[in-house]
Amino acid sequence: MKRSSKQAIVQELRTRILAMQGINKPGNGSRSIGLGDIEKAFPGSVFPKNAIHEFTSHEPESAAATSGFLSCLLHSMTNRKGFCLWVSSRRVIFPPALKLLGIDPECVIFVDLQNDKDVLWAIEEGLRCSALIAVVGELRELTFAQSRRLQLTIEESQVSGFIHRVLPKSENATVCAARWKISPLPGMIEPGLPGIGFPKWRVELAKVKNGKPGSWELAWTPKGFEHFSKKTSETDNNPNTAQYA
Amino acid sequence: MHKRFVAIGFPFLVTDWMARRDAKLKDEPFILYAPERGRMVIKASSKAAHSKGIFPGMVVADCRAIFPDMTVLEYPAGKAEELLEALALWCIRFTPVSAVDLPDGIVLNCSGCTHLWQGEQSYVAHILTRLENFGYHVRAAMSDTVASAWAVSRYGKNQTIVPPGEQLSALLHLPAEALRLEHTATEKLEKLGLNKIGQFANLPRTALRKRFGVELLHRLDQVSGFEIEPVQPVQPPKQYLERLTCLEPISTAKGIEIGLERLLNTLCERLASEGKGLRTATLRCHRVDGDVQEISVGTNLPSRSASHLMKLFELKTNQLQPDLGFELFELEANTVEPLAFDQTAMWIETNTADTSAVAELLDKIISKRGAKVIHRYLPAEHYWPERSYQLAPSLSTKKEIEWRTDQPRPIHLLSIPHVIEVTVPLPDYPPMLFFYKGQRHQIKKADGPERVEQEWWLQQGEFRDYYCVEDEEGKRYWLFRSGHIDGGNSRWYIHGFFA
Repeated sequence: MKRSSKQAIVQELRTRILAMQGINKPGNGSRSIGLGDIEKAFPGSVFPKNAIHEFTSHEPESAAATSGFLSCLLHSMTNRKGFCLWVSSRRVIFPPALKLLGIDPECVIFVDLQNDKDVLWAIEEGLRCSALIAVVGELRELTFAQSRRLQLTIEESQVSGFIHRVLPKSENATVCAARWKISPLPGMIEPGLPGIGFPKWRVELAKVKNGKPGSWELAWTPKGFEHFSKKTSETDNNPNTAQYA
Repeated sequence: MHKRFVAIGFPFLVTDWMARRDAKLKDEPFILYAPERGRMVIKASSKAAHSKGIFPGMVVADCRAIFPDMTVLEYPAGKAEELLEALALWCIRFTPVSAVDLPDGIVLNCSGCTHLWQGEQSYVAHILTRLENFGYHVRAAMSDTVASAWAVSRYGKNQTIVPPGEQLSALLHLPAEALRLEHTATEKLEKLGLNKIGQFANLPRTALRKRFGVELLHRLDQVSGFEIEPVQPVQPPKQYLERLTCLEPISTAKGIEIGLERLLNTLCERLASEGKGLRTATLRCHRVDGDVQEISVGTNLPSRSASHLMKLFELKTNQLQPDLGFELFELEANTVEPLAFDQTAMWIETNTADTSAVAELLDKIISKRGAKVIHRYLPAEHYWPERSYQLAPSLSTKKEIEWRTDQPRPIHLLSIPHVIEVTVPLPDYPPMLFFYKGQRHQIKKADGPERVEQEWWLQQGEFRDYYCVEDEEGKRYWLFRSGHIDGGNSRWYIHGFFA
């Protein structure tokens, strides 16, 4: 009896602290966004929408996987129709492909700037605009101070911010709610069938603020995310012999 | 507002001007001539010459025969138009709408201006005195229509003000010439003994049109005001211009900001009352030393939100160099477009408030880095991947066709395909392995080919056979072979990365 009340107090304190940190404000809705087990890694098992998420990728293939995952995440995160800002200095996104990964390309406004300084400025301005669904920023470096500034902006406007760091020099500390790493895995397909199947990724949460980091496997089908428990995925991982279409 | 016009006539415009320049000519009879069809024809005669019976249109030789010692000077061509233009510009002090009325007059639209001169009588008197002081012979009249003001000023006897509503009755005793008719029409009227306007003004219109043409009816309508006579002002009115004069020169950033805010507030209020929004605006700052500096902003959608425009201007105010300070600020909306009121939001699918907020954000980015940085794409009807999407002209444009989802497309596309080395087991088979940037990729799964032909009406070249491939680590690529494998010049490229 005594113990459970203690736990309740701790739990309440935790939520209050989180609210103070601006990560999960109460009343923000704790709707599941279809990430399954990954959501349990976050404090309170709720995916923090109003926070900066940092994605790092060290090679073009994982950068593509990250872009794809971001697109799927944007789709499953919101059912509201609206614009999303995609800021970058070296854009390689192919707009028609976004439709295959869940979001309408015409709802994405691409801002192509020359240097990281301008990109940061545009991200911050975008995060101020609460009419946007989310802001995706592609850049190389993000210092602690810069990330702090972006986080403070988000806390006022409640826009989701995703920073995709492509080929960063170092993974320095930032105030982001989570640091993600997405790497491609062999596509999800029934054994014996031709083709390359649905995209599948290893989703790694390298750092979660007040949460539990971990690694998961995830595939994207037109119906949404498909999850794999660790064991099945390992067997699935065994590459079959080359199949030609 | 009740319209009032002043017509000013200069019967001796060019000769008065010559007399102003040369005091000897004052009150002297002299004529100005110009060659016309091999003769020297009098173009203008001074008042003194006019009273002796010398009129424009006579031949110089006739005049010399009657008055051998008459001063004869060359007529400066184009001078009358030039003078009238200058005088019309000068008259802007009396009203903002002042127009040249060729060949010898000016028309002022003085609606709502006369009270500043304590009434119409003193308004006209003031204009006449000022112009007479220059040395011009002037006649003027005020009426509800241009045509009646013109007639009374040229043919009226000592009448300057036609009371409102009496524009036609004031003309009844004037000759038919006062209607500015063609010469043939007035001749015809005279022949029939219709010398005064009053004699025919109330005749049946059908009869008038049959005998004298539709022109006469037009002129009568213009007199009575049933037909509007356009007035082309010398200086088109600046429509959306706000001015702010400062008692003390302003040199601080904060001061400029306050001034700008005031101007924006008044301008936006005006735009709101007229249901309009501005697309481009210019702020002109007049410095105490006469220097004029200006900054301009543009918006994506018409806007009349003072706070948003303020933000756009704020990005540029640091370009201003106040030095000793600005004494006058002018804010002008150069381009104004109708902006629907917010009530129309009901009929639009997407949330207008959201769209306008996004447009404001884009305006901010554009004003800092130019319009080229913003891209929004719509599907285009092309199979060629690089041409399968197109730039959307505006935020509100909707797609006309659906995005294609029947074929796989990579999330990242290289802007220029990169040549790769491949090993292919059989023609028309996907490669077994390929080298990209010095790295070997063993292909485990593949899909394809998807043939994309060149659009020959746009570009010549080889077709592409696209393959989606996945290597042993699960990395997915989009490769293509350009041209037929037997062609000899087929090459393999990498074009993109799948998610």
